[in-house]
Amino acid sequence: MEEVNALLQGFGVALSPLNLLLMFVGVILGIIIGVLPGLGGANGVAILLPLTFSMAQQPGGTTSAIILLSCIYWGALFGGAITSILFNIPGEPWSVATTFDGHPLAQLGRAGSALTAAFTSSFFGALVAVIMITFLSPVVAGFALRFGPPEFFSVYLLTFCAFVGMSGGNAAKTIASMMIGFALAAVGLDSVTGTLRLTFGSTSLLKGFDFLIAVIGLFGIGEILETLEEGLAFKGASARINFKVVLETWKELPRYWATSLRSAAVGCFMGIVPGGATPASFMSYGLARRLSKDGNDFGSGKVEGVVAPETAAHAAGTSALLPMITLGVPGSPTAAVLLGGLLIWGLQPGPLLFVEKPDFVWGLIASMYLGNIAGLIVVLTCVPLFAAILRIPFSIIAPVIIVICAIGAYTVHNSMFDVYLMVAFGVLGYAFKKLGYPLAPMVLALVLGDRAEENFRNAIKGSQGDLTVFFSNGLVGGLTSFALLLLFWPLIRAGWRVVLGKS
Amino acid sequence: MEKGEQGSAASVKAVEIGVAVVIFLFGALVVFDSYRVGAKWGDDGPQAGYFPLYVGLLICFASATIFVRAFRNSALAAESFVSRDELKKILTVLVPTVVYVSLIAYLGFYVASTLYIAYFMWHLGKYAWIKIAPVSIGVSVAFFLIFEIWFSVPLPKGPLEAALGLN
Repeated sequence: MEEVNALLQGFGVALSPLNLLLMFVGVILGIIIGVLPGLGGANGVAILLPLTFSMAQQPGGTTSAIILLSCIYWGALFGGAITSILFNIPGEPWSVATTFDGHPLAQLGRAGSALTAAFTSSFFGALVAVIMITFLSPVVAGFALRFGPPEFFSVYLLTFCAFVGMSGGNAAKTIASMMIGFALAAVGLDSVTGTLRLTFGSTSLLKGFDFLIAVIGLFGIGEILETLEEGLAFKGASARINFKVVLETWKELPRYWATSLRSAAVGCFMGIVPGGATPASFMSYGLARRLSKDGNDFGSGKVEGVVAPETAAHAAGTSALLPMITLGVPGSPTAAVLLGGLLIWGLQPGPLLFVEKPDFVWGLIASMYLGNIAGLIVVLTCVPLFAAILRIPFSIIAPVIIVICAIGAYTVHNSMFDVYLMVAFGVLGYAFKKLGYPLAPMVLALVLGDRAEENFRNAIKGSQGDLTVFFSNGLVGGLTSFALLLLFWPLIRAGWRVVLGKS
Repeated sequence: MEKGEQGSAASVKAVEIGVAVVIFLFGALVVFDSYRVGAKWGDDGPQAGYFPLYVGLLICFASATIFVRAFRNSALAAESFVSRDELKKILTVLVPTVVYVSLIAYLGFYVASTLYIAYFMWHLGKYAWIKIAPVSIGVSVAFFLIFEIWFSVPLPKGPLEAALGLN
């Protein structure tokens, strides 16, 4: 029950008037970000991160700052559903599966029910994930206190191998994207030897590539270019939710308890293992269609078809923070940006955070409960306002978003070079998206590159260059083996099928 | 493949191969630079290029795989990566964006942003100047208030701000 006490203290931190205000501000900003094309959880948080630099220097300020940023993340998760259901445009990749049944429901005139179902199941998914974080994270952190460099490197290896094995896309493209991230992370001054790497005499490259710039460019500018191609007009269903519809939908929802629980479990698992929210939402939609009584009618506007992906996406998005705070390994690009924030504020994410900064950790966890409640209230009451944002003509909203991205890129280091880089990353992001290169591994590699390399170096320094150090005891050996298993999972599965097919 | 009928500017195959070659060259650059700074075992542990060397090799390996696969897949040649129409649309956004970010250094953030938003509304939205002026100027003034005054985050300023004494 130690966790409950710690959590109650966390609520004490999170319930201060300033933090409550920041929570609502964050959620509202997050929903706007989630609704707008070109702005999403990852680059929205990246753009607003520099604004928290001064906030984080005040006493207790880091907690307020993380509450603001994480609430933007929750808001963005909620906001993605609005555009999917009303406009058939997924505002975020994890809302794609929500369009399958959500938009048909809106066309049937049941937009209110679809939105209520989406928000409520998002909230449920998040709640399950937060409860899991509350009780599991101290255990994981305690376990990770015993980690040395080889163990940490094998955890990173596990993260990256999971991307290759679980993504289901083109493995070569995943590896290429990830390794480009590692190479870009290596640019600049090598902190161990003091050597300049990959700078080729350019002074602008001395500091290396900041992942925040990459996130803003890849996800922001890249997405604007992609949206542009698809056409400029948004035509949407009207968004009115009245209290009666909410109550009616809530009465209907308990029928789908099995789908909810299953989707929450899928989401929690996929969030911790960095599969991410997007595959989780597709997977639980597929499972629900196969297991539901009226699975054949999925796609024609079934509330259950909205419940499944939304629960899983929100559970995955939330549980992605578990490895971020306990191990310093983010489970999603947005979690990676939050991790970058912690580093900039001078906090070292990882198991020691629970020992050294309990106020911060438990304040954050408590704010996850409160932030999601705030989010649910805001979305249920203000949907028409947010939907109206999408009715602003593209020719106004697009340049404004690009200006916001440029400001965000500039303020990270007050450098114009970063703004030029952002445009370059935007073009790269557009080409990569169209060719099916995943962007998340690149961002994660950019964030974790230096730390992964440092742990790798320290590990093999200790073993005098002997790579068997990654199998030297049960713990690190198990992690490494699991990583390799995930890496070769598609091959193993294909081989298994061949064996089964022959017998 | 309706896109192909409108006249494709580039096939998926061409772009796929082109991007794979660029990535391969980038990987080769990383390998080359890792050897330059030393990718062996130094006196006090691994040298600076030890880890990046493998990163570079993996980039080369992955891009070579993508290249070979794209080369063999003849179906990709018929698929359109981007139609001429789409490419034109993208360039009408990309070119002004490049001009915009290069103007910031001379005109300052706020003036450049005003011009950029105005250009978009005029060229893409076909608005009348009576609507363009208040929106583009209003947005920039709002940003000025938010960043300079509320958050006190200074952005680059140009001659106009200097003339108005706002530096």
